[in-house]
Formats: sequence, C-alpha cells, structure tokens
Amino acid sequence: MAIIRLALKSVWNRRVTAGLTVLAIGLSVAMLLGVEKLRRDAREGFANTISGTDLIVGARSGAVQLLLYSVFRIGSATNNISWKSYLDITQHPRVKWTVPLSLGDAHRGYRVLGTTLDYFERYRYAGGEPLRFATGKPFNDVFDAVLGAEAAERLGYALGDDIIIAHGAGDVSLIEHDDKPFRVSGILARTGTPVDRTVHVSLAGIEAMHADWRSGMPVPGQRVSADDAREMDLTPEAITAFLVGLDSKIAVFALQRHINEYKGEALLATIPGVALQELWDLMGVAENALRILSLLVVTTGLLGMLTMILSSLEARRREMAVLRSVGARPLHIFGLFMSEAGLLALLGVGAGVLLLYGIILMGRPIAAREFGLYLPIGLPQARDFMVLGIVVLAGFVVGGVPALRAYRLSLADGLSMTV
Amino acid sequence: METTTIAAIRKDESERRQVYLEDARFAWRPSECDVIDIDRFEVGRGERLFIAGPSGSGKSTLLSLLGGVVVPREGRVEVLGTDLSKMPGRDRDHFRADHVGIVFQMFNLVPYLSMADNIMLPCRFSHRRRQRAQARSTSVKADAMRLLADLELDRPALLARPVTDLSIGQQQRVAVARALIGSPEIVIADEPTSALDEGTRERFLELLFRECDTEDTTLLFVSHDARLGRLFSRCVLLDDLNNATTEAFT
Ligand SMILES: Nc1ncnc2c1ncn2[C@@H]1O[C@H](COP(=O)(O)OP(=O)(O)OP(=O)(O)O)[C@@H](O)[C@H]1O
Ligand SMILES: [Mg+2]
Repeated sequence: MAIIRLALKSVWNRRVTAGLTVLAIGLSVAMLLGVEKLRRDAREGFANTISGTDLIVGARSGAVQLLLYSVFRIGSATNNISWKSYLDITQHPRVKWTVPLSLGDAHRGYRVLGTTLDYFERYRYAGGEPLRFATGKPFNDVFDAVLGAEAAERLGYALGDDIIIAHGAGDVSLIEHDDKPFRVSGILARTGTPVDRTVHVSLAGIEAMHADWRSGMPVPGQRVSADDAREMDLTPEAITAFLVGLDSKIAVFALQRHINEYKGEALLATIPGVALQELWDLMGVAENALRILSLLVVTTGLLGMLTMILSSLEARRREMAVLRSVGARPLHIFGLFMSEAGLLALLGVGAGVLLLYGIILMGRPIAAREFGLYLPIGLPQARDFMVLGIVVLAGFVVGGVPALRAYRLSLADGLSMTV
Repeated sequence: METTTIAAIRKDESERRQVYLEDARFAWRPSECDVIDIDRFEVGRGERLFIAGPSGSGKSTLLSLLGGVVVPREGRVEVLGTDLSKMPGRDRDHFRADHVGIVFQMFNLVPYLSMADNIMLPCRFSHRRRQRAQARSTSVKADAMRLLADLELDRPALLARPVTDLSIGQQQRVAVARALIGSPEIVIADEPTSALDEGTRERFLELLFRECDTEDTTLLFVSHDARLGRLFSRCVLLDDLNNATTEAFT
C-alpha cells in the first residue's frame, strides 16, 4: 500500500513526461479500439441498412459499387438504366414490387432521391423495420419533398418549408434549381441509416426540376416555370437503380439470371447479402492491415514508456538507496517500479478510451456524411475490455524490465550513495 | 557465588551493548579482498560514537553491515542482541526499519515527497515505529511536525516548498527528523555534515545530539574529518579496528 502511494506521487512528480507517455499509450489504444469499433459498426450499420429487398438492379458495373451508390449513397452510378427496361422487368410474373431510385441531385450536401410512394411502403431496414413518419406524410405533389430525420434537423426544416435543390451530388453546387422550390411534406423518423440523410422527392419532381435542362445543363433562354412544369409529361426517361421484391425467395436466382441476361441493355442484378459479403471481403484486407498497424502503434507506445522509466533509473539510484535505508526491501523497489509502469499503462488505457469517445463524438457527422457510416456511442464491448486488459498486462510485462533492473541495483548498491 | 556475579555483570554488559562485532569479515565481491576485517568492536547504549577514517577505508561499508543491508562473509554482527548475519534479507530489512535510523552525506530526501512525507517514511515500513510515533504525539503526522519544530523547520513557507528546493542544511535536518521518528534505538549517520559549512555543521551536530539525548539513542557517526571527533563521547579510528588493508589514501 505504501508503495502504491509512493508510485502515485512519483508519477505525479514527473507528470509532464508521464503525461506524454500516457498520451502516447492513449493514442495507440484509441487507434486499436477505434479500428475494431469501426469494423464492427461498419458491418453492423451496413447490414442494418437494407433488408427485405431481394434484388438490387442497376446499370452493369460491380455488385459492390451498385450496392454502395444505390443503398448507401456512396459514390455515383456510371450509367443510368432506361425507364423502358425498368417497366419490362416490373412485368415479370415473379416480381411482387419494385422501388425505382433516381439519384444525382443534392440539397445542401444531402442527397436527393427521386422515387415512388412504394419506397415508403417497401423499404425495410434493421431486420425488417419499415420507415415511419415523424411528422407529415409522403409526397403527393410534384414539388413535395420528404426529409430524412437528420437532414431535417441539421438544416432546421419544418413541415411546409420551401427548399431549393441543386444539381450534382457535391456539397457545394453551383447550379441551383431556384426557380422551382420544393415544399416539405413530411419528415421521417430516425433510422440510423443513410435514409436519415436523404431528401426524398417523386420521380416527377426530379423530371420537373430538369424540365428546361438538356444533358445536365440548363438550356439558355428557355425557362419553364413551376406551373408549366406541372402540365408537362413528367415520366422519367431513365432512373439510377431499382429495388425488387419477389413473391418467392426461390425465384431470386432465376430472376437474377433473367435480368443479367436482359437483351435491351446491360443490367446487373445483385442480391444485397451477396454484395455485402463481397464488400466484407474487400474490407477484410484493409481491416487486417489496420489491425497490424495499430498493434505496432501500441507496441511503440509501450516501448516509449519503457524508455522513459529506464532512462530515469540511473537518476533514481539515490532515491532507491534512501528507500532501502528506511526499511524498504528490494522487493518494495521492484514493486514501486512495477506500480509506476502499471499506473502509466492503466492511465494510458483510460486516456485511450476517453480519446476514442472524443474522436467518435467529433467524427460522427463526418463519418455519416462522407462514408454513410453511423457510429453509435455504445459502451465498450467484452472484446474491447479484453483488448484493454491485454494492453495493461503488456504494460506490466514491459514495466518488469526496469523493475528488475532496479531490484538488482538496489541489492548491489545497498546503502552506498556513490552514484 | 563469584560466577553468578560475573554472569550478572556479563548480562548487564550485554544489555547495555547495542552493537557488537566479532571476527566480522566482509568483501563486496567474493573475488575481491576484504574491506572489513574486525576482530571485536562494541558500542554501548546511548553512546555517541565517532568513527573516523580516510576515504575508501570502509566506513560506509561498516555502516551497511550494521544496518543489515549486507552480511559478513563470516563472523557475527550483533545489533540489539540479534545476530544479523544469521537473518534472512527480508528480516534484516524489517529489523532496520524497526530499530535503525540512517542519515546520509547528502541527497537524503525522496524528491517527490513533501518534507512531512519524507519524515514519515520509516513509519510506512515499520509498524513499531509508527506505533511509537503515535504514542508520542497522537499521530505520525503530529510527531513529524513536532520533530520539524524541534529542528526549526516548521515555518509555513518551508513546509509548502518542494524538498528539492531546500538548502543542503535544511535537507540534512529533515533527514535527521526522519532517522529519529518512532525512536529507533540506533541512529547511523554517514558523513551528514560534509556538505555543510563550518557554522552550520556545529549547529547541525548540536541539534543531532540534543535529539539523540532525549531518547537515549545510540549514535554512530562516521566522517573522514577527524576534527569533529572532539564533540563526541567516544572516538575511534577505523584503521585501528580494521585489519583489512584498504586502498585508502593515507
Ligand atoms: N556497493 C558497492 N559495491 C562494490 N564495492 C563497493 C561498494 N561500496 C563500496 N565499495 C568498495 O568498498 C571499499 C570501501 O568503500 P566505502 O564506501 O565503505 O569507503 P568510505 O570509507 O565510506 O569512503 P568515503 O569516505 O569516500 O565515503 C571501496 O574500495 C569501495 O570501492
Ligand atoms: Mg562513505
């Protein structure tokens, strides 16, 4: 007990160097835990984002890419699919429902999704949860918009507000469709998926916005007012992708083949679970690399501690002799150095946990915006505690080196203060 | 009749005797020659003994033996009637904590502890000294403050200061307080005055004697400065005791 008190005071006395050591260990621990948490949350978040959909269909590209842009709003499609192909496939006898998705516009950094009312009926997340409205109702006018929970909250929109949608998915859009404002008709309840960050409008709404546009640019001198647009034929020529639900799971593979071999245009149908698995496989390599890297960083942190204690050893031989003179046994000296190392490791681990939560709190909006990743704050899990325990243990083991040296020195030096 | 008297005298003598060395030989390493080779040496209770000897003559080594930090290769080192040479290391450390107070030449203080915490250190390792300090002034802390007052170190400005900022003389007085807390029977001082100037040295010794007198503490004081010897009740030259030939300069 006396030794623990001494260790505390000794560490406090060297609080600057000790603080830096703790910080180094803390950062390394935060990284170690962070990589693990990111992996877990990414998998969980991605797996929770879509459920109940049998196939996702888009222009032919990679299954992972299709999944990412259609469901997670990451990246964008290289090609659209024609409305005709979409209609053809909806005619297939096994198809129970479809939800067309038209992406490409943004509102102040939030993606705009053109879709149909079926979206609110059919879209499922987190193992079968349907979308719910916090207030308002689905769009029923061309210029109605339904906001995801976060988009509404962040932008401070309420029911009935006007919003102006910009072209292009970027944060800063140069061309705004300011002549045709949309009105907020509903706000969805929070889902913890990219839906929260989406502005939903009807397919007709997307068409109306672009009524006076040709090939992605406004046609000079030609302005179509909102009321005129309402009168036009607003059937889209193309959409980005669509979700398909079948009347029987057995038909999934047959329909997938049917779509992949579709004559009219090069399409790709993918099963969400399969595409997710492909994504995990892709991420696995990066995850392992990160894991190894963070282990190395932890090792560096602990070696930093070793260096700090070892380099103080010579200067502390007098202190050791003084302690011996008042009755401390060599084992006490050993314990003192062990306690200091253990204390630093414990503090480091504590700092690591705090740092991690700090980083998560600050990084949440960025992760959600840039990567569609929703990081829950959640308590550390059993596995995390195991990792923390191992780091503390490693700290003690590393601390054993200077402690053993101090033990030997205190035996050899006795009370002599020649150093 | 006569034998009982002699036995009684012997017994009385051994009770008065606090330190006793017999045929004690010690070398720091088995391969090296002896640093200490003392046939017979004893110190009585309450004595103020000055041990003089040139640098390297083995004064500190002798004190290490008496403190039970090291044990002789052969022979007896008795302190308070206990033969330290037969004791396991752990018990010797315990014995030292209980019965011996030590003051070094300098750098006596643990830099990260306050003045009071430095003084209370022996009470953290020795139950006996903790109890004795408490018996004397209700708590260990109070006893530390009493000693600080005795040694004229109780000014608030001093108490608040880190010990590393104290002058050498002040540090040495703190070390004396630490050696004396819990009233150990023996105080060992290894050249505690060598870093002090002449005036401070005399005052320091006066304080040391006064404190040792109040508890009838035996004081073993080593120094290469033989001039200090006149202030002590007994004076020995280590070279007279020690048969070992040391590499000391003469
Ligand atoms: N811890 C130690 N390990 C090995 N040898 C030691 C140790 N301490 C002292 N010695 C050796 O023992 C001999 C006596 O040293 P000691 O320190 O006892 O002398 P001293 O009389 O106290 O000298 P000084 O007046 O300089 O302090 C010296 O030769 C020294 O090198
Ligand atoms: Mg010496």
